[in-house]
Amino acid sequence: MRPILPRLRTLPFQQAGGRRSSTFPPNARLNRPTDFSSTPLLCHTSQTALANPELPASARQSKTIRSNLFQSVNSALRHALSTDERVLVFGEDVAFGGVFRCSMNLATDFGSERVFNTPLSEQGIVGFAIGCAAEGMRPVAEIQFADYVYPAFDQFVNEAAKFRYRSGGTGMNCGGLVVRMPCGGVGHGALYHSQSPESLFTHVPGLKVVMPRCPIQAKGLLISAIECNDPVVFMEPKVLYRAAVEQVPAEPYAFPLSKAEIVKPGSDLSIISYGAPLYTCSAAIAAAENDLDIKVELIDMRTIYPWDRNTILESVRKTGRAIVVHESMFNAGVASEVAASIQEGALLRLEAPVKRITGWSTHTGLVYERFNIPDVARIYDAIKNTIEY
Amino acid sequence: MSLVRETRNLLLQAPLKPRAGLGWKGFAQCQIRRSSVSQRPGSDHVHFPGAVDSKFTTKLEFEKPSQKPAMPTYRILDQNGVIVDKSRPPLDVSDEEVLKWYNDMLTVSIMDLIMFDAQRQGRLSFYIVSAGEEGIAVGSSAALHPSDVIFAQYRETGVFKERGFTLDDFMNQLFANKKDVGHGRNMPVHYGSRKLNIHTISSPLATQIPQASGAAYAVKLQDLQNPDSPRRVVACYFGEGAASEGDFHAALNIAATRSCPVVFICRNNGYAISTPTLEQYRGDGIASRGVGYGIETVRVDGNDIFAVREATREARRLALEGGGKPVLLEAMSYRVSHHSTSDDSFAYRAKVEVEDWKRRDNPITRLRKWLEGKGLWDDEKEKDARSRVRKEVLAAFVRAEKEKRPPLGMMFEDVYEDMTAEAREQARLLREHIERYPDEYDVEEFEGGIRSLEK
Ligand SMILES: Cc1ncc(C[n+]2csc(CCOP(=O)(O)OP(=O)(O)O)c2C)c(N)n1
Ligand SMILES: [Mg+2]
Repeated sequence: MRPILPRLRTLPFQQAGGRRSSTFPPNARLNRPTDFSSTPLLCHTSQTALANPELPASARQSKTIRSNLFQSVNSALRHALSTDERVLVFGEDVAFGGVFRCSMNLATDFGSERVFNTPLSEQGIVGFAIGCAAEGMRPVAEIQFADYVYPAFDQFVNEAAKFRYRSGGTGMNCGGLVVRMPCGGVGHGALYHSQSPESLFTHVPGLKVVMPRCPIQAKGLLISAIECNDPVVFMEPKVLYRAAVEQVPAEPYAFPLSKAEIVKPGSDLSIISYGAPLYTCSAAIAAAENDLDIKVELIDMRTIYPWDRNTILESVRKTGRAIVVHESMFNAGVASEVAASIQEGALLRLEAPVKRITGWSTHTGLVYERFNIPDVARIYDAIKNTIEY
Repeated sequence: MSLVRETRNLLLQAPLKPRAGLGWKGFAQCQIRRSSVSQRPGSDHVHFPGAVDSKFTTKLEFEKPSQKPAMPTYRILDQNGVIVDKSRPPLDVSDEEVLKWYNDMLTVSIMDLIMFDAQRQGRLSFYIVSAGEEGIAVGSSAALHPSDVIFAQYRETGVFKERGFTLDDFMNQLFANKKDVGHGRNMPVHYGSRKLNIHTISSPLATQIPQASGAAYAVKLQDLQNPDSPRRVVACYFGEGAASEGDFHAALNIAATRSCPVVFICRNNGYAISTPTLEQYRGDGIASRGVGYGIETVRVDGNDIFAVREATREARRLALEGGGKPVLLEAMSYRVSHHSTSDDSFAYRAKVEVEDWKRRDNPITRLRKWLEGKGLWDDEKEKDARSRVRKEVLAAFVRAEKEKRPPLGMMFEDVYEDMTAEAREQARLLREHIERYPDEYDVEEFEGGIRSLEK
């Protein structure tokens, strides 16, 4: 997860006996690692990057910079810090750049009054951030891993989410609060470095929950989150921090919250997802379109709550079939809500049950991760079943 | 409420001895803090229920912690392995015991070097070393009884070693093979052992500290019911970073109010990943907080295994005194290595700082000097021991790396005592899916292939 250090000493025996913690079988056609250098989900040229219709004219005329996801998060933070004095950036180990390098050089460039380490206390960090926001600042707090956000749960659920509502006519609120956290599986994170707890937050009115899928989205959505006058939980798929590299517009730009995006149009089936599984979906779609002569529409929810029902319902009314994919566990996950809404809003157009492809109803055990997190073969199989239903 | 009643606020600590036929239930009422709002006329003391024995003063003065001297650090040996206080009673420890401690520390440090490199070669996903802190783990563990219950953080490999965790036990966990009692579910170094009374390590920081208070309460009540069994304490390890979590504060407070026989052992190694102690807290270390919670507290030199062991033994004795009570021990050291294999500490601290520390002091070399002073150790013995330990570690390494993974079905088990219908259905779906797509999955490395998904 951090830069690989040079090999210091060597063991007296060869690596042959070694076994890596995540492998893929040699004859696999579907379950191959994502090829980030060719995936259609990333903009490999400036031309494609700048063609994005959501970009303002200023950004469309700008240059692009090849960035990975942590660099684009850094660029969004840098923009916010340099254009808005109210912005603060803090959290555990943030000052030296953060354990995922998202805040690199920010303390040096913007000073330790605005970019700083906190003591090791998530409830303290989020409560502190709420207080800063309530008094007019724009705090961007970092929780080192989404798996460690729970000590702050009370601050989210009872405080951040209810601040505006309970303050009523006083108009007091904690808008401007953003809490960033890396989430999701990386192949060897086991129980406490793999979780994707978005559905715990989408069950709380008052919080916005956002998850970007790529560097371009991360920059535009994070800038919007910081500008947003409601508290935002901003979840970053950590497997993409280094892996997802693309041309990112150099100028600042904001993408709309609560707006889904059709990543790839199609006519026979809609797949709805967010974050890292979109790459798995994309690979499964490529194989299925080839094998089954179909066209699949892929939708990125981007904001998981409050979410864009219209885009998704319109898509399913068109295709008549839907699959929802996420990493976190099956029961009461985001897919359950999306499937229920599709059933309510597009029942008569449905030609197959809405399928949920998610983590199983268990924890992310170290050696079982690749059997737990949805893979290409499981999504491919779901596409096949839904089409042939 | 009767108003004119002379009350003294006192913590009635009735000796907690079980009465026949009463069991521990009879003790629920034993601890009562008598309180009253009445103030004796003319008293020079505060009699508010929230503060006992505070004198009135007419001088407005704020406590200035920065002007108080720092709590002293207890040591027995100096950095050259020489006993500082020549007039102290002789160390009550046999040569064999000390040699075992030395071997335990050496084993941990050699295993650490090998496993750190193994991680760099991609043979395991993660590792955490204890370099510089072996003395805290081994020394404190040596002062505890095997029946005492332990909660650890992750840098206490020496506790496991001292208690009898074997090299095979370590390696099976590190390689997440079928002999790992954790069933391959946890990241490396998250050891646990029922036999050794050590709860399985969990990554979320500080969560184990209030659990230790509760466990100590349980142990206290159980031991009261069984007066013939040896009295137990709970020992709880954590870093100075973890002590910033709310759980730490809750733990000390509840342990104090419920008089729990728990020894809190803070390893203060100067860093929490990149965060130095100056950005972690501003008081006098973690020890000063114990005082705030009304807990007996000592600070000890973590590089001096004799001091750690003696302080822990005394802490254990205090924890069992009266009806039981918490004790806090802050062991000072320096995190010599990177935080973990995922960290490069030279991104936030200078190499010379680390090199200086390494040269200045280290628990292993300090004990080695003492052993040499007593004629119990020399270069030859050191060379032999190192090569023997290295061979043993590598042999266990090779054995463990060869083993298969646990059965795949373990993925779904132990979420509940009985697997739910939902999980059984999912295991079936997964098996059928793998059967439909055999080329997409490598299940042979798991014991029994997909057979264990049969339910
Ligand atoms: C609740 C929680 N927050 C954050 C982390 C990430 N994390 C792992 S170790 C660590 C530093 C701990 O420092 P300290 O307690 O001093 O122990 P040391 O590593 O120095 O032994 C952090 C921040 C975590 N594991 N759990
Ligand atoms: Mg520390």
